[in-house]
Amino acid sequence: MSIALDQSAISTALSRLADQLFLDAGTDTIDLVGIRRRGDEVSERVAALLKEKGANVRLGVLDISLYRDDFEHLHENPLLQSSEIDFSIDGSRVILVDDVIFTGRTIRAALDAIFDYGRPAAVELAVLIDRGHRELPIEPRYVGVTLETDRLDHVRVGLMKTDGEDVVELTQK
Amino acid sequence: MARKDFLDIVSLDREEIIQLLDQAEPFKDLFTRSVKKVPALKGKTVLMLFYEPSTRTLSSFEVAAKRLSADVTTFDVPSSSVTKGESVRDTIDTLQAMRADYIVVRHGLSGQPAAIARQTGASVINAGDGGHAHPTQALLDAFTLREKFPEMEGKRVLITGDILHSRVARSTSTILRKLGVKVAFLGPGSLVPKTASPDIPRFTNYDQAIREFGPDAVYLLRIQKERMAAPFFPSDREYHNLYGITDERLRQLAGEGTYIMHPGPINRGVELCDAVLDYDRCLISQQVENGIAARMSVLYGLKPQTS
Repeated sequence: MSIALDQSAISTALSRLADQLFLDAGTDTIDLVGIRRRGDEVSERVAALLKEKGANVRLGVLDISLYRDDFEHLHENPLLQSSEIDFSIDGSRVILVDDVIFTGRTIRAALDAIFDYGRPAAVELAVLIDRGHRELPIEPRYVGVTLETDRLDHVRVGLMKTDGEDVVELTQK
Repeated sequence: MARKDFLDIVSLDREEIIQLLDQAEPFKDLFTRSVKKVPALKGKTVLMLFYEPSTRTLSSFEVAAKRLSADVTTFDVPSSSVTKGESVRDTIDTLQAMRADYIVVRHGLSGQPAAIARQTGASVINAGDGGHAHPTQALLDAFTLREKFPEMEGKRVLITGDILHSRVARSTSTILRKLGVKVAFLGPGSLVPKTASPDIPRFTNYDQAIREFGPDAVYLLRIQKERMAAPFFPSDREYHNLYGITDERLRQLAGEGTYIMHPGPINRGVELCDAVLDYDRCLISQQVENGIAARMSVLYGLKPQTS
């Protein structure tokens, strides 16, 4: 096991995400929807940085448990939590936010879920970490940091609010 | 490991109950979306097997299963082979061949859903069996009460009416007590069994029950005439005057801020007067809405052993 990103590297990645989002948005409101779990924390922290820059941000949380494609292979069904999207996404440019992108299956599920809330004008993807090895034609527009990994490596993301510390560990198989 | 079946409340521990209640909340949130459906049970088959008439429980389960994207088939018992003499056991074998993943059973005999559960790998959900249990009703009642009293511990619920014939009284009192709610029974002596748990106070006089027990909610039961071979009390009017929520009693309950619940169907002029339905603390329609969320939570939480 090795530390792939420490606290300051995570901070830098978050700032990079915020900078890119701010640059693209201009004066438009930025609608961030974080994917539970940890995507919600990433989106909250990016939103805080964006607000410091003076951007208008709306924040939502999406729970995708009911949309997963591996539902029947799990021993216990994933613990459900509420999705909280308090604004109408009809016609808005929604930015899905997650901590890591790997196969792309989570984002596939999130796309299904978000369209059950309305019809956004566009959906973009922002991730803190891109570790590669996609199994679906899904690519993030905004990336905090790219990690070189093997397909079988295990990447563990810890974030302050969810896990008590900011750290990304890489375990090689 | 998740459960295969959902047969009664007695065998659930407090943690499982709380998890089922917690999970019902995100399902309820879906009802205000434009798309009320999620794909969690896509491609799964839910079979409704109702040996006793029921409109609300059957349609509540149907809506719940459809909002989880399951395919729903209702096995129409009165017009089926059952009336042609087929045993329940043979019927289940037939349904097995149809590869149902979930079977929702209502039956007049206590224990029949459990017997079916032993025969099949499908998840069996008890939608009411004889005088035994009605666990999804209990779950929706607890959910409805918890929305009003997030800390349920120490709250007081007076269950009123035909306790003797009521599987609702049995299951709902069991779940509430597991959640720390104090339960008392009120009704004519002939309809309140003496064999109920000794720590459930038993009243036969309305005013005394209200005065001594001081309920936060009154839970009314329907008088189940279809289960009574001989009359248990002289007349509907007398029952209404002695135990029903009359206009005067409603004013008194409103003054105390007491909630009113009822599993339906209601009998106006027997267990309640018309005005109860306009009372702002009457939870009957919330119970119906919450029933769908509670049943979605149950379906979502079970693991059929069919594949």
